[in-house]
Amino acid sequence: MSKQNRRSFLKTLGLGATVATAATYTPFAIGGSSKKVVIVGGGMGGAVAAKYIKMMDKSVDVTLIEANKDYYTGFTSNLVVSGERSLDEIKFGYDGLRGHGINVVIDKVINIDAQAKSVKTAGGKTFNYDRCIVAPGIDFRYDRINGYSEEVANTKITHAWKAGPQTVMLRDQIQSMRKGGTVIISAPPNPFRCPPGPYERTAQIAHYLKHNNPTAKILVLDDKEKFSKFGLFMGGWKKHYGYGTDNSMIEWVKGSAGGKIESVDVAGMKLSGEVDDYKGDVINIIPAQKAGHIAHVAGLTNDSGWCPIEGKTFESTIHKNIHVIGDAAIQSPLPKSGYAANSEGKVCAAAIVALLNGDKVPDPSYVNTCYSVIAPGDGISVAMVYAYKGGKIVKVEGSGGLTPDKFDAKFRAREEQNGYSWFDNITNDTFG
Amino acid sequence: MIEKTIIKSALLVAGIALGMQAQAEPSAEMLSYTCAGCHGTNGASTGNAIPSIAGLSSTYLVESMNAYKSDERASTIMGRIAKGYTEEQFESMGSFFAEQEVNKNTSQSFDAAKAKAGQALHEKYCDKCHTEAGTVADDDAGQLSGNAKLFLKYSLTDFHDGSRPQDKKMSKKMRKLFKRNKDAFELVVDYYASGKK
Repeated sequence: MSKQNRRSFLKTLGLGATVATAATYTPFAIGGSSKKVVIVGGGMGGAVAAKYIKMMDKSVDVTLIEANKDYYTGFTSNLVVSGERSLDEIKFGYDGLRGHGINVVIDKVINIDAQAKSVKTAGGKTFNYDRCIVAPGIDFRYDRINGYSEEVANTKITHAWKAGPQTVMLRDQIQSMRKGGTVIISAPPNPFRCPPGPYERTAQIAHYLKHNNPTAKILVLDDKEKFSKFGLFMGGWKKHYGYGTDNSMIEWVKGSAGGKIESVDVAGMKLSGEVDDYKGDVINIIPAQKAGHIAHVAGLTNDSGWCPIEGKTFESTIHKNIHVIGDAAIQSPLPKSGYAANSEGKVCAAAIVALLNGDKVPDPSYVNTCYSVIAPGDGISVAMVYAYKGGKIVKVEGSGGLTPDKFDAKFRAREEQNGYSWFDNITNDTFG
Repeated sequence: MIEKTIIKSALLVAGIALGMQAQAEPSAEMLSYTCAGCHGTNGASTGNAIPSIAGLSSTYLVESMNAYKSDERASTIMGRIAKGYTEEQFESMGSFFAEQEVNKNTSQSFDAAKAKAGQALHEKYCDKCHTEAGTVADDDAGQLSGNAKLFLKYSLTDFHDGSRPQDKKMSKKMRKLFKRNKDAFELVVDYYASGKK
């Protein structure tokens, strides 16, 4: 930036006092020079950040690098497992983002150099950045269950926790299961993507089986003692699938009761815990998780396997000028959900636009909203408003919470329909 | 000495400015962007149950949010979310959405004959307060034509059973409308879903 530009910029700010304030924040990054943002990962966080940076400041050069040409949403993928939705209905491409002037590159990022401020891809390209957003989602800790691997997940015992071919494989396995067979779902330890997901999946599979294979069973082996929307799921399982009765379609085994799984016998279709072995006709293992692979390669993770960030900008506390959003970040109390990623993407986008222009980083506001469908006509939700206080992301007291426990048919039917509209709008907000 | 005092007070002003900024409210954009995940980008909903809030009058939006916050207006989720904001923040969001263009979702299904009958009913009973098929912000009312079909149905149901308050004039008109035609709700909803004026 030339001296004259800087002087005229300061002039427009008016009062000397304000100048001092502005200068305190970003003395050397004031406007004019290059404004290049490279985003690694085009999921719910990365894609929405790209779009909103462009909405806020068209002059920023935004490149989004994503390994797959289409994205399948994790949310609503349980309805693909139960056959209520098709895989195509949860598939989104990147033409919408290209239409906003974003340079979308389908390639795999293999390295991020925080010193050189550059990103390298498997296709041999290098992209320089002023600010980088890393939004790689999750990766699996296959090694926590003996005998489990990516290869097994792709061919026989799915995780189906990244939507796509495995989602369809799990659906087909359930549909072709013998009469009266057993589906086993192994639910992961915290923290993991989509906390209510395994239990919605249980309900959706139960819904399919109730109508197509009513003597079949679902055994949920959980690493934990409790889970998200616990009372609502328990109530829903009870209402629709006989949970808690002799005829229950669902059995849930908590961690301390033998739900923790240590190994899998792939050929014998058997899971082994500390005490018991469990044999299934269809097995779905949702493994323990960590930040997506590239976050580890780039040195953005700490001992927890996730990425520490500053909650106002989502800038990594390890590497400057790199921001991490979505499931890969340690963003608690925000959950690892699609809506939280959407909210984080916008806060991060606003911070980056401000930093690139030498403006004050705006005060954030965040929301999470998440729907689950227990059965047709029975939707439930959880919501929360978050603020930034004392250097931390905090829940706004008195806000948010769950669908009321007491069943109200009108209420639940509306929640289900609102959940479908939520899907339409969040996907359009992200990819449209 | 005099010089020093000037510098001191300048620093003081700077300090106050800093302090104030540290406690500053999130901007209208920042607050409003968080709504988009459910209500669509800039409040333009493409779903058929969650309403568009783009182009609503600020007065109406603030009034609605306050009613949700106090549970005066029944809701599934909006009340829980409204409790996370202050009146000033509602006003901030109100000013943001008032600046957006009214969104018309014209991809919803409707029966043309019913929509026509609904239009006649709307013009007789509703048009006085909800002008231009309920698409004018100056009316300080929710959007009707082109808004989410199920939301409109839910709203009419709630007005009818009292879970959403309405003023005397509206309640009188609603009674008359319903007396005239027991299928009135379905007909006007099809009219609004058609997106016509």
